[in-house]
Amino acid sequence: MKPRRAAAILIWAALAGIAALIVARARYAADLSAFLPRAPTASQRLLVEQLRHGIASRLILIAIEGANGPTRARLSRALEGELRGEPEFVAVENGDQAMARRDRRFLFAHRYLLSHTVTPQRFTTAGLHAAIANTIDELASPLGLMTQALVPSDPTGEMLTILARLERRARPRTAHGVWVSKRGHRALLLARTRAAGSDTDAQQRAVNAIGRAFAASLLAQHAHARLEMTGPGVFAVEARARIKRAVTHLALVSFALILTLLMLVYRSVPALVLGLVPVVSGALAGIAAVALGFKVVQGVTLGFGGTLIGEAVDYSIYLFVQSRSRPLPAGADPRAWRQRVWPTIRLGMLTSVCGFASLLPSSFPGLAQLGLYSLAGVLAAGLVTRFVLPAMLPRGFHIRDLTPLGERAMRVLGKARRARAALALLAVAAGAVLYAHRGQLWNRELLALSPVPQKLQRLDGTLRADLGAPDVRYLIVIRAGTEQAALAGAERVGRALDPLVRENAIAGYESPAEYLPSLALQRRRQQSLPSPTVLRSRLARALVGLPLEASRLAPFVAAVAAARTAPLLTRAQLRGTSFAAALDSLLVKEDGQWQALLPLEAPASGPAATHIDIRRVRRALATAAPVAATVLDIKRGADALYGTYLAEAVRFSLIALGAIVILLVLALRSPVRVLRVIAPLALAVLATAAGLALFGVRLTLLNVIGMLLIVAVGSNYALFFDQRERAPAALTLASLLIANSATVLAFGVLAFSSVPVLHDLGSTVAPGAWLALVFAGLLAAPKPPDPPPPLYDGAGRHG
Amino acid sequence: MALFARRKHGEVTFTESDSFALLNRPLKSSGVLIYDAPDHLVKRTLSPKKETLDLDHGRITLRRERRQWHLELSAYPQIVPYVDALRATLAGDRAALRRMFTVELAGGLANWTLELRPIEPRVEKTLRLIRIAGARDDIRSVLILQRNGDRSLMRLGPPPPP
Repeated sequence: MKPRRAAAILIWAALAGIAALIVARARYAADLSAFLPRAPTASQRLLVEQLRHGIASRLILIAIEGANGPTRARLSRALEGELRGEPEFVAVENGDQAMARRDRRFLFAHRYLLSHTVTPQRFTTAGLHAAIANTIDELASPLGLMTQALVPSDPTGEMLTILARLERRARPRTAHGVWVSKRGHRALLLARTRAAGSDTDAQQRAVNAIGRAFAASLLAQHAHARLEMTGPGVFAVEARARIKRAVTHLALVSFALILTLLMLVYRSVPALVLGLVPVVSGALAGIAAVALGFKVVQGVTLGFGGTLIGEAVDYSIYLFVQSRSRPLPAGADPRAWRQRVWPTIRLGMLTSVCGFASLLPSSFPGLAQLGLYSLAGVLAAGLVTRFVLPAMLPRGFHIRDLTPLGERAMRVLGKARRARAALALLAVAAGAVLYAHRGQLWNRELLALSPVPQKLQRLDGTLRADLGAPDVRYLIVIRAGTEQAALAGAERVGRALDPLVRENAIAGYESPAEYLPSLALQRRRQQSLPSPTVLRSRLARALVGLPLEASRLAPFVAAVAAARTAPLLTRAQLRGTSFAAALDSLLVKEDGQWQALLPLEAPASGPAATHIDIRRVRRALATAAPVAATVLDIKRGADALYGTYLAEAVRFSLIALGAIVILLVLALRSPVRVLRVIAPLALAVLATAAGLALFGVRLTLLNVIGMLLIVAVGSNYALFFDQRERAPAALTLASLLIANSATVLAFGVLAFSSVPVLHDLGSTVAPGAWLALVFAGLLAAPKPPDPPPPLYDGAGRHG
Repeated sequence: MALFARRKHGEVTFTESDSFALLNRPLKSSGVLIYDAPDHLVKRTLSPKKETLDLDHGRITLRRERRQWHLELSAYPQIVPYVDALRATLAGDRAALRRMFTVELAGGLANWTLELRPIEPRVEKTLRLIRIAGARDDIRSVLILQRNGDRSLMRLGPPPPP
């Protein structure tokens, strides 16, 4: 073996070994964070933060179906009991009355600290008179028979005020003592996890815990029923499982398909094995590059990896078919290949690299990784094919002659070329289709990238509506240095929002300060309470004209006296009530700062139904509350974010296209040739886009990336048709057919994936790459007929 | 009872007098009562304070001025008898009545009295009886007697003017 060959193989082995080591020690993740953009501005960061671990992200909505009502209720209670001690959960609620009673006791006990009508005015004579008269009037109702027991202790109606505020949101229906769906055929529970929705491992543990607890409940109750769960955490777990499954699946299937293809073509196992060397090298290089360039390798990147197989295997196909066929036709020897064919391949490789490089600066981590992976992979595969693979080939290595295949293809191509004028028609038709569909062409929702199945998303919507669980679309975030400052800020913002509620600009809002007022506010309320002597004298005057004796109100006087000196409320006193969980989700510590979160509720009816005018809210906040508050419309914000990244993807694609054109101009030095190379690619992209539009597909980010790849990958084929070198056209065509088939297979497999990101990419590139080959063939300049081959007997002598 | 079950919709004015042990004199209120078979009963109080009590399929919505409360009847078993007794009678829902009360019917079709005594011990502690009186398929009055002496008498009058 020549020393140069040995050196090449040794270097390759060393690099491959290092890469393998990096790959083995890399960290892998398969979650949705690949699809959440890195966000530069503060409010975008806040938005993404909310999406990843905001309030709503910690909710798991649980539904029990099957059996009958009472059984479901028993199961609901059993499930709640089983989950109560689990560390994964902060709270599990099922509407059970015990909790409701604890809640009411808490509210009643602390009503003078919690009620917003406890003001100095309330406890003046006039104020007392008005409040008590009101309470008496309200007794004349069926509820009066129930609430009249409270009157001696709470004649000013503080309890009802508090309840009115807290019960503003419609509560879930109850039946048999637990929450049920609107139509009553599901028992519902709400679980709040300790960990954020973005901590997929913790969410997985929570989901597993619920599953186990339910199984135990079924056993204990001797019942048969079904469990359903939804929520952001559940979705993250589901997404991860799907991505993992898809990635393994796809890798295996594409590999198997391509192996089969190559086996059919080469009919030789050594050829197959050697042909895979660039593929393996490319994959190793790609993963190692991503592992080095990013902290974590995303599962979706590996999913895309299947496509790299289709690309990388092309190079060895070109090498084998075009330079190692036996018998060896003229101009098809290794040296000729190196000198005349390799430059074309190199140019094709560079255009691919340009295409992938444009993904690197993307704000979507998933896309940036795909770019780096493919870039490194293609470079490695190409270089290995050029420098290492020939060194590895044993002397006398050859594959069977594929000239017959090539000649058949040439004949077909020759006939088809006569119809090339039809291509112009196709271009016009495609353009027309795209123009007709221009309104519904783009899918502008971030949710379109979600791998969570539609059925689950719909179930989530239904359960949320039934439970009154917030979807949290509109949110005000108040940041402050201390917990008390955050609560005080929430109170100021609440006061600014109250007029908006009265005008029905918003239906209502939730605030942590309603569950735990700031210490300052509590103190102010305490100070509004008069001393017993003062209160008694004012009461005596206030009750004039009312059918109530002051002697009856002794409990009231005692309660007020106690409240005056009672310790102020802190988080600790809320434990055991459902308010603790609510407070935990609305008052959080993030990055050393305190955040108070105020979800806004859109009006259910009226001219502004289900929409909130964010600008109006901002105006109200600006004038009334000088507080560091940000108003977020999470859905619109997320979609807008996605929109900017869609625009970014289009921009980068155009830049990449420009770079490719410049590259081609520099290499080919003739505008006509460049046009001949670009035209079939442009046509392929146009036709693919029109085809997708015709099928009703709305284009996402990944379709745009796919179109870029059509150009990058298709350029390899177009360049082959361009070359003026007189390589045997038959063999070249055969090799192109096989290479193209490998690519189409690899991307085609993606098109069958249920993960939208992979599916979109596959369904764009598979047809597009095929079309690129066909169009390139049709548009190629007619070759001068091959001169009769000189006598050439393989030993290098001319006859 | 069958007569009631056939009625689909009704609207009457009412006057109500509530006597509480707590207060020195009875409270008077009046308004309109609207019934839609079989599960929808609306009590719209017009004086002295505007208030609407909406009972629909076991959910109560109480609206006073700008405030609203939503209650699940099943969450407050104590009020079920008060609110549901009237509705069940209007709907001819014997089964519902029998679930909550022992039912005694006196008098004939032209002039009858229904006495309902609660079955459940928790309710029985506070509620003594409900007496509904009427003629044919018209309810004339509803009397609620509490054990502590509180009573509520609602007289159902002519239909409201259009």
